[in-house]
Parts: sequence; C-alpha cells; structure tokens
Amino acid sequence: MTGLDPTFWLDQPPFAMDAEAKAAALTQTMNALTEWHRQHCPAYARILDVATDADGPVQTLAQVPFIPVRLFKEMDLRSVPEDQVFKTMTSSGTSGQQVSRIFLDRETSALQTKILSRIMGEVIGRKRLPMLVIDSPSVLKDRNAFSARGAGILGFSMFGQNVTYALDDKMNLDLPAIEAFLDRHAGQPVFLFGFTFMIWQHFYKPLQALGQRLAIDQGVLLHGGGWKKLQDEAVSSRDFRATLQDCAGIDRVVNYYGMVEQTGSIFLECEEGFLHAPAYADVIVRDLGDFSTLPPGETGLVEVLSMIPRSYPGHALLTEDLGRIEGLDHCACGRRGTHFTIAGRVARAEVRGCSDTYEAAA
Amino acid sequence: MKPLPDLPLTIRVGGPLGTLDRRPLKPYAEPVLAFLAALSKALLSQAEVREHPDVATFAFWCRAANLARLSAEFDRRHARLGRGLVLHIAPSNVPVNFAYSFAFGLLAGNANLVRIPEGFVQVEIICDAIAALFDRPEHARVASMNRLVRYPRDDAITAALSAECQGRMIWGGDATVAHLKRLPAHPRCVDVAFADRYSLCLLGAEAVLATDDKALAELVRGFFNDSYLFDQNGCSSPHLVLWRGSDASVAAAQQRFWPALERVVQAAYPLADARTVDKFTHLCRTASEVAEVRSATRHGNLIYRIALTALPADIAAHRGQFGTFFEHAAEDLEGLAAIVTERYQTLTCFGVDRQEVVDFIVDRGLPGIDRVVPVGKALDMGVVWDGYMLVEELSRIVHSA
Repeated sequence: MTGLDPTFWLDQPPFAMDAEAKAAALTQTMNALTEWHRQHCPAYARILDVATDADGPVQTLAQVPFIPVRLFKEMDLRSVPEDQVFKTMTSSGTSGQQVSRIFLDRETSALQTKILSRIMGEVIGRKRLPMLVIDSPSVLKDRNAFSARGAGILGFSMFGQNVTYALDDKMNLDLPAIEAFLDRHAGQPVFLFGFTFMIWQHFYKPLQALGQRLAIDQGVLLHGGGWKKLQDEAVSSRDFRATLQDCAGIDRVVNYYGMVEQTGSIFLECEEGFLHAPAYADVIVRDLGDFSTLPPGETGLVEVLSMIPRSYPGHALLTEDLGRIEGLDHCACGRRGTHFTIAGRVARAEVRGCSDTYEAAA
Repeated sequence: MKPLPDLPLTIRVGGPLGTLDRRPLKPYAEPVLAFLAALSKALLSQAEVREHPDVATFAFWCRAANLARLSAEFDRRHARLGRGLVLHIAPSNVPVNFAYSFAFGLLAGNANLVRIPEGFVQVEIICDAIAALFDRPEHARVASMNRLVRYPRDDAITAALSAECQGRMIWGGDATVAHLKRLPAHPRCVDVAFADRYSLCLLGAEAVLATDDKALAELVRGFFNDSYLFDQNGCSSPHLVLWRGSDASVAAAQQRFWPALERVVQAAYPLADARTVDKFTHLCRTASEVAEVRSATRHGNLIYRIALTALPADIAAHRGQFGTFFEHAAEDLEGLAAIVTERYQTLTCFGVDRQEVVDFIVDRGLPGIDRVVPVGKALDMGVVWDGYMLVEELSRIVHSA
C-alpha cells in the first residue's frame, strides 16, 4: 500500500517501474494526497466539491481531480498552518505578471530534495561534481524575489561542488573564470546547469561571436526553463544539443521539464528527444474542449502529477502547456515511464469586450 | 471659431484637423440622414460585409427607413442644435462600437472626432466606406465636420482635444471614465460616460417548457449571441440567469434550455485555447470565494453553470467568463430588489412580461437596470443606450419662453 508515507517511492529507482504497477501505486498515493488536502485546505475542498467530479477515491490517474496551475497565481492555497511554512517559492514572471506562490513546509521541502536527488543520480551519478552555473551570481542577490531562476540554481547547486558562475554580474561571459574552472577540474567529469535561453543567449552566442571553442568533453549539461524564446529563433532541442557539442564540446546535454509548482519531480529528456516521467510523477494530456484524456499521439493540455506536494494542494495540476504523449514504457532509450514532448504554450486569444479602451495603446 | 490646434494624431478619415468645421446642425438634419443612409447602402452592397455580422447589423441599423422612424419619434417640442464638437473615445476591443458612437454624435448635429480602434478588419471596412462618401460633393458638409483618428494613449492629446469639446462619449468602463474625467475639459463639455456594467437574464420556466423546437432554437441562438459573441465581456452580456417558476418547472426547463444551448456553443464557439484554462481557473476561484455556490454543472468546457443556494447581494462582483452562468430560481421578482445596484444595465427576458419588469423597477425605485429587452437583443445598440437618450444628451436646447 502506498499512502501518504513516501518510503515506497523513495525506494523506487526513477525510470524502472512498469507502467501498470506504477499507475496503481501512484493512484493510491494521489487518492491519499487528495484526501489530505481536502481535509487541510478549505479552499481546495470547496474547489473539489464544486468544480471537479471528485467523489472519493478514484481508480485511475486520469480520474484524479486536478486544478489549474494558474490558481496558485490567483489564490493562496496552503495545507499546513501558516506557522509551518518555512519557505515561499514564487514563479518567475515578467514584470506585471502575477506570480505563483507556493508554500513549503519542512517535510515537503525535504521530499523535494530527496526525489530530485534520485532523479539527478541518473544525470550525474551519485557523487557531487564540480559545477559550472551558466548564469550570473547576481540572480541570487536579489532576495526580494526568490525567483524560479534563483531557486533552480540553488536547488541544483546541491548536486555540485566548487560552484562557479560562467557569467559576470552583467550577464557577460566570464571566460577567465570558466577557463580557471576547467583547468582546476581537468580530466574530471563536471556538471553544468543553466536555463535554456540564458545558455543560448549568454553562453553560446558570445562564444560564437568570439570564435572561441571550449573543450568541456567530460561535461554534463542540464538545462530547462522552456523553449518559447528559442522557438521564436527556430532552435529545436536537437539543434541545441548539436550546438552545445560544437561550441563547448559537451557530449551530454539534458533538457528537463518542470515547474516551481512541482519542484523536485522533474521530467528528463532522453537521447531520443523524449521527456520521461519518473516513478514519482506522471503526465496526462487532455482535450482542450472538455478536458477528457487524449491517447498517445494527440496534442492537448498537459496535466502533471507528483507525489511530492504536501504543504499545498499541487499534486495534480493542469498546466498551460501543450504536449503529446509519445509512448508508455517502451522508449528506445530503455527508460520506463510515460514519455512525451512539449509543444509550447497554449495560444492566448485576444479577449473581446467593451472595457479597457484608453488603457490599451492604439 | 478658431481652428483646432495641430496635434500629433493620425487622421484615418477626413482632412487636416485645422480644417474641421464645427458649426452644428440640428438633430436628424438632412445632410446627416443622407450620409448615414448612403453609408448603410454602401456597406450592405459589399459582399465582404456579409462575413462580418457586426458591420451588417450597423449598416442595417443606419438604413434610411430606420433613421426616418427615429427622426419621427424625436421630441421636437424644443428647438435643438448639436452641442458643437464631440470627442468619442471608442472601445479598443469591440470593432464596430465606434461607428454607432459616431452616428449618435452625427444624428445630434455635432462635429465629431472619433478615436478608433486598431487591428480590426471591420474598422477598416467602415472607415473606407466613410472615406469614399466624404469624397463625394453631396456629403461635403458632413465630411467637413468629422474626423476619424488614431493616437496612442496620450493624455496631452486627449486634454488638448477635451479643451475644445462640448461633448465627450467615453466608452471603456470605470478605469477609462475615471481617467478621462480627471483631464480638464471645456467648461460646457457634457460627458456621456459608459462605466462598467453588469447584466442578467430572466427566463420564464413555463414559457421555455412551452417552446416548440423552432422557438427553442431561436431562444438559445439569441442567448448565445448575447453572451458568447463578446466572450461574455459585453456590458450587456448576462452573467446571471434568473429562472422564474416553481422548482419542478425550473428543473425541467433547465433540462430543455441548456442542452440546446450546448449544441449551439459546440458549433459556434469551440473553446480550444487558453480561454478554457481561464474559464476553469475562474470556476475554481469562484467555488472557493463565493459561499453561496452550491454546485457547478459543466457541459464540457462549453457552458459552466453555477447553482446558488441563495442570491448573494454582491453577485454582480462575480462575473462569468467565456460562458459561465450563475443560476437561481424564484417564483417572483423580489430577488431583483435585493441585488440590483446602479451597476446593473441590461435585463434580457424570455417568457416574462417585460412591462411587468419595467413597472417593478420603477415602482420599487431600483437604482439600476436601464434596459429590459428580449433575449437576443442584448447587444443591439440604439439611440437609447445605458439609460441615456443619446441624441438628446448630445444636443442643446434653444429655449423660447
């Protein structure tokens, strides 16, 4: 039986459970989490009663009641008393946008770390590696906003040592620092981390402009944060990998998909170019018209499930990303677990109506 | 009269600002009626207009016969003239509204400066038609009095124009109204301000049950047009459906009404973008914020119906989105008296005696509801709008004792 106790999950390797056993176990945990949050978050309980079909335990992951991830931008949803919140995470948003507020207690925060460690083991092995962060240390200095970018860097820094920043405070490439880092750790595996667009804009492009080529041949680069800006430049995941191999000699470039609302249970991209759900999480793709589930191969709204969230009701979230399930368990890369691709954000249509005339600059 | 100052705005239709003729006409003046009737003809003769029902509706509204009827109904006990120059700040996200606003200003006898929205083909169609008419000698007088313009949000320009205006038509809700009212205007300037409004629908359960299939189809089509055409964002789009009848007849009428509406929405408003997420998020938030919510019935993502245990006094603060309707049933109209504030604009009705509703509003001295119209007519603009008689508001009386 798997309920709220995470022990069962912590014993699972990330990409080895077969689909049926995983679905059965994860459904049980989801039922336990739904019930936990129903009892501890009154707003969530109201949402369950009114806006979802939830009516007690469900049989399949698709039946688990889900809420829109955007709700965390519009409401404070908490399943622990306020005095147990020891960290509030916010999503990064461009100025003027609302940001998500995610309330963490010690238990959920610790579980995030444990689960992330298990997944990261697949990327860099069990040991901490010398780490090069492809970002500016100034991201962490603005403590005003514990932004997703800062949180990501801090979170992944747990898997590195001798953390070095590849960019200076002004987001310029700091070649001396990079070269010193590579000299220090010559012949050793190193871990590189950054956000997809930052790497492209502030690492690859300056290297290209300088005509410089690095030889980080024992490097593993983990990157995430979304493709939107790079899609505008028509850069695919494959292009990205080839480019980083070419400009920095990095053989292993791993994209991840994840969000601050489900920190910890990230989805890693495999050599085949598919994102994989680890044992502790799953994805469901839903039809935009009625939120019914879509079979593999069809594109719809991505819902993400995670066994981590305890201090806030975020275990089943409908995102605003479009994606497609590519298969279950039988990826050519050998990893088990639902594998999928993300196709970008759902289109936002201009809303009609009589208001807001003068505000909108003509 | 001094010419208007030169200002950095883009003239879409008409000559330079400095050449604007501000001498007023009387309401329903011949040159204006001739111009609007010609505009109606010009638009209705374009095949392209058929693809834009909003343009066609406007063109049909300003046809000669309708203008003649409005003119005949106009109260001429007093001599009247246009107030002078009217500035129209039209909504940026409803394409055709500017044309009505312009027409009201014209019918009242004014010179008009209309700030028009960007990015709608409908706006360009109407502007092109107006420009072509302005070039013809028979419309020279009307052409000399009117300019359709564009300029970015710019208080300096709006203030400079406001100082010259005897009337302003301010569309766009509370924020725009509050903002523009802060700008100094001509001392004689009359502001007709269109604030944020809230609208609702009253359905007689027995009448809905008595419809044949054809009448039901017409009813739900009308309800669809009222609600969905502007993403339920029109000031006259309903957010609350009040059912009148016994519990049993209301339950049966709901079974007849909503599935029929669902079929229309399915065909004409397939929601397949971020609006579905917005709509679901709104439903979740409403569930947790409004204590009176009993349950929700979702027809896919096409219609969300929110049943209430009681009508919250502040129900107008909880607007629907993209086809989300609060529902409540009662045997009489008393519920209205408990909720209606000055924010209420349009009550659309079906199967209810509209005069009875009007009498109730007047007898009970309700602070709001300016329009009681059949379902399907919510968006029909006219010279009486938002509680104003617009031609009267935009003209002045030359009184003789």
